[in-house]
Amino acid sequence: MKPKNQRLVLVGAASVAVLVAVLLAMWGLRNQASYFYTPADIAAGKAHEGEAMRLGGMVERGSIRRAADGVTIRFTVTDGKATTPVLFRGIVPDLFREGTGAVAEGRLERGTFVADTILAKHDERYMPPELGNLAAEHKAGKTLEK
Amino acid sequence: MIAETGLAALWLAAGLAALQFLFMFVELRGSVALARPMRSIAVAQGLLTMIAFAMLLIVFARSDMSVKLVFENSSAVKPFVYKVAGAWGNHEGSMLMWVTILAAAGAFVALFSRRTSERTLVAALGAQAALALGFYAFLLIASNPFARLWPAPMDGQGLNPLLQDPGLAFHPPTLYLGYVGLSVAFSLAVGALLTGEVDSRLARAMRPWVLGAWILLTLGITAGSYWAYYELGWGGYWFWDPVENASLMPWLAATALLHSINVLAARGALKAWTMMLAVIAFSMSMVGTFLVRSGILTSVHAFAIDPQRGTFLLALLAIYVGAAFLLFAWRGATLKEGAPFELVSRESGLVVNNLLLSVVLGVVFVGTLYPLFVEAVSGEKLSVGAPYFNAVAGPLALVLAALVGIGPLLAWRRKGRPIVKQLQVPALLGIVALVITIIISPAMHILPRLGFMVGTYLLAASILPLLRRNPLRAPLATWGMVVAHFGIAVALLGMAANAAFTSERLAVARPGEILTVGPWQVQLQEVTPTAGKNWTAVEAELHASRGSGVVTLKPQSRYFTDPPTETSESAIRTFWNGQLYTVVGKPDPSGGWQLRLWWKPFVTLIWAGGALIALGGALAMLGRLWPILRRRESAADWRRQRYA
Repeated sequence: MKPKNQRLVLVGAASVAVLVAVLLAMWGLRNQASYFYTPADIAAGKAHEGEAMRLGGMVERGSIRRAADGVTIRFTVTDGKATTPVLFRGIVPDLFREGTGAVAEGRLERGTFVADTILAKHDERYMPPELGNLAAEHKAGKTLEK
Repeated sequence: MIAETGLAALWLAAGLAALQFLFMFVELRGSVALARPMRSIAVAQGLLTMIAFAMLLIVFARSDMSVKLVFENSSAVKPFVYKVAGAWGNHEGSMLMWVTILAAAGAFVALFSRRTSERTLVAALGAQAALALGFYAFLLIASNPFARLWPAPMDGQGLNPLLQDPGLAFHPPTLYLGYVGLSVAFSLAVGALLTGEVDSRLARAMRPWVLGAWILLTLGITAGSYWAYYELGWGGYWFWDPVENASLMPWLAATALLHSINVLAARGALKAWTMMLAVIAFSMSMVGTFLVRSGILTSVHAFAIDPQRGTFLLALLAIYVGAAFLLFAWRGATLKEGAPFELVSRESGLVVNNLLLSVVLGVVFVGTLYPLFVEAVSGEKLSVGAPYFNAVAGPLALVLAALVGIGPLLAWRRKGRPIVKQLQVPALLGIVALVITIIISPAMHILPRLGFMVGTYLLAASILPLLRRNPLRAPLATWGMVVAHFGIAVALLGMAANAAFTSERLAVARPGEILTVGPWQVQLQEVTPTAGKNWTAVEAELHASRGSGVVTLKPQSRYFTDPPTETSESAIRTFWNGQLYTVVGKPDPSGGWQLRLWWKPFVTLIWAGGALIALGGALAMLGRLWPILRRRESAADWRRQRYA
């Protein structure tokens, strides 16, 4: 192959690689990206049953219930406007408590959010960005109540 | 005084970097011989940053609470090792470490690089100074690590307990050395593009840096994966967390660069291509730093939640990457064409390797940044996790692994001996593995099944390059390649085994009760309180047996007081054929404790594979450097004899 043609082929191959990467990524994202919802979004019917998603909000005080097997819990998540019941089987993260922020990964099944994973904030100073505004609103609401 | 010394050293280093950058222009325009002073400036700059970093280590070691950074991230009552390691377990300290390594690498190049022409070296040192300058500005303006507090508080706020682990002591430094090692490849590429001297000499000068950075990135990723595995207590080894992707992306780019640089060094081909990869590799390092340090991610690692810093880092990233790409567009087309090669040859095999790695890189890049992009544009929040990456990158990685067996058998430049015949045995082994998985586990998912097949095939195919001649006579670099490729097969088998055969048990157990997981019977003996230097914990004692012999495991649930945090300390026992992984959770009102048990057959192969890949890199490095060291020595001997 002539050097000149070789360069053209290489440039072509690189462009095809970029194109393939973008197409693959778009295909993957359309099927596999999971959206973040709040209980209000779910109440408004924005989330579809069975689709992989994340649910974020505050764990409502007094809502955590343990099932008889000791490793399944039910609780409700609230964003101040609506609530969503959550079912989770597993050991909750160390920082998972009532009245703190949490993000659950899973899917909706007949109105209940069945969580595969629960992420709580990792230390006292850390707050997931998704919950940053929510926490601020929550605090503001409480101050108003007082 | 110590903190002020550090700050002064940092300002001086910044001044020298500016001077070094200016010298580059003077040198490249005229014929003033500034190469020698430039080398000295680069060395002085490296030394000054090392002094600054040493000062930071000292204030942390002495728990000097009058320094704001120490107050915010340390505490007088934690173990000494973590006091020192705490110096880089925070935003400012880790950025100082980054710039220290950057300047030290520049100094190293200035001291030892003799392979490129003086002009290219000067241009490369100028580029390295430009990089350092931006990060000095970032430190001095937006994140001064030496800021004081007045009055000095009595005790600090402590370090995130998740980070109080031996893993922290060497994990970030290893990754940073890898990231910043790629900066030298970047600077050399920029220098060579400026002077137009892109040739095999340049490739040979660049190769040890790329190889070294790549070894450290491999080790860093492997160690980080094991750290997440035992420290987070989730039993997973890779979460496709953006912070993990931030280290994977430079690794993918460096792997591609490592392969194409060999083509440039051996054959003088793929010139523009290799320069492009060098630019991309370090750009990915900066993207990684930006992702981790700007605090825009939801992750353990993102502790700097400060928009000013994010914007600053993003601006630096845009300037450097933009300038490098502009330079590439301007000079890339003027490079002479490289040496020609045929369609079936080692060169085109390496091109295919590069293309596939680039596609994987692109897929990971898009998946990692897409959520940020969507949120910035529409405000909508979404996350992209394991399902996406496994579905898209997994099959590509398998194809790549299959081709790894073929590439090294191809001859340089033209079609060599027929390779189909050589691959018969490995291919047969792969098919046998596939048939076995179908017989013993018909319900297995497709990816682990293919993983077993490709892994077994590659295990055999990767050693073929050694069998063509006397293995003991083969060059060290060939051994390195074989060991690294063999490591890929080992890691692949570990991942497949973990995905296919892991058994998990989650239940509440009262003392005396027995739980079964895989072949194991695990009995909870008792749960007792215990304490360490800065934590209290409950510790479960578990007796596990499978037939004969009993092993004891003691997982803990720890509570740290400053900052108030709980962590699970998993207890893991390694056997030749797998790991038993145990976690203790919360107490149950019935008097039992939550236990989570995993039996993970052959999971250790994942990290053994990673270690083998790094070892392969080290062998190749030794193979490349040994002749030079010997030559230097013999030259020195010769001189000594002559003047004696």
